[in-house]
Amino acid sequence: MYTTDLSGKGKAKAETATAEDPALLAAFEARVANDEFIEPKDWMPEAYRKTLVRQISQHAHSEIVGMLPEGNWITRAPNLRRKAILLAKVQDEGGHGLYLYSAAETLGTSRDEMIEALHSGRAKYSTIFNYPTLTWADIGAIGWLVDGAAIMNQVPLQRTSYGPYARAMVRVCKEESFHQRQGYELMMAMAAGTTGQKRMAQDALNRWWWPSLMMFGPPDDKSPNTEQSMRWRIKRDTNDELRQKFVDITVPQAEAIGLTVPDPALKWNEERGAYDFGEVDWEEFYAVVKGEGPVAKERMQARQKAWDDGAWVREAARAHADKRAAAKIAAE
Amino acid sequence: MSSKDWPLWEVFVRAKGGLSHRHAGSVHAADAKMALEHARDTYTRRMEGVSLWVLPSAQIVSSDPRDSGPLFEPAEDKIYRHPTFYKIPDGITHI
Repeated sequence: MYTTDLSGKGKAKAETATAEDPALLAAFEARVANDEFIEPKDWMPEAYRKTLVRQISQHAHSEIVGMLPEGNWITRAPNLRRKAILLAKVQDEGGHGLYLYSAAETLGTSRDEMIEALHSGRAKYSTIFNYPTLTWADIGAIGWLVDGAAIMNQVPLQRTSYGPYARAMVRVCKEESFHQRQGYELMMAMAAGTTGQKRMAQDALNRWWWPSLMMFGPPDDKSPNTEQSMRWRIKRDTNDELRQKFVDITVPQAEAIGLTVPDPALKWNEERGAYDFGEVDWEEFYAVVKGEGPVAKERMQARQKAWDDGAWVREAARAHADKRAAAKIAAE
Repeated sequence: MSSKDWPLWEVFVRAKGGLSHRHAGSVHAADAKMALEHARDTYTRRMEGVSLWVLPSAQIVSSDPRDSGPLFEPAEDKIYRHPTFYKIPDGITHI
């Protein structure tokens, strides 16, 4: 389960809700401020709806695209245990995508529109999947770091103000912890293996560390929609708060299995009770958001191909259903 | 909903015998049989259920949130419907 907040890049920049009925707006704001949940048929400001559609569909796309880099490795898993685990994880990611698409559909967008937006390149997904998975250790690094960062993002979303999104996140969070643990266990096994295996594990950490930190989105001062989203309780923590939390819990996990976090500036700060860490390369982040990641094209081609190859199945199933429904009516 | 999508179905899962079915989410499917299969794959990968209901989302009739005042508020001032409304002296038991 993955999410990257790309709010700085979105089109739906907070149209201010002032054009709407001030009484309805005030009632809405009061409900949200009171930590009530907003449900599909409730009145909501257009900008709230738009922000949610963008965020939830982006989140769903990330789940679906996230199946690709790991799916690549199913046939090359080193043993049956690892293969069964990876299959289950990839299936979960598909399931998470479906929960989220359903949640977004309650806001009045169709599945078809969302998928079209993804394939045409209009919709974004987590930048993390535009990096290649070069070795088996990457599967460990993804579970441990990428799913770990995702959990950090998702736990607060269980209390997000939109009911269907919050409920989808409860389900997702319940399933996610297995993803992270299997990844860490895999890294642990490799770090305790031969010199070559340990080198692979360290190399995977080196390559996935910074992209994982980017998963929390741009720094707070460059994330213009954060304030609005926090006020509407769509977001509950800022990008930088979550990033710090992730660093603080992950560094000791790396140390415990004898791996080194690739950041020369990383240092425990006694006074803050937290790690100081180096600057993320935001130039790289924005380039990857724009679709310049090493394997961005390949990912979208794979998605498009799967969609096109499945078209006849979707059509045949519909034709079959129509035929049976017609036969049933005729028999009555 | 776009006509390109299969129809939407709401999914209800009975977690175990003795409990009622509870709304879990929704799936798209061409027909009822496929809706059950998709519901099984999407909502019961970890023994979350022993029984499933699916029904076409379009068939659900729901109340309008704008009517929730007239619908639900009349119950608010009828506190005598609750047992705690009645004062019973100390020492009276089994009531």
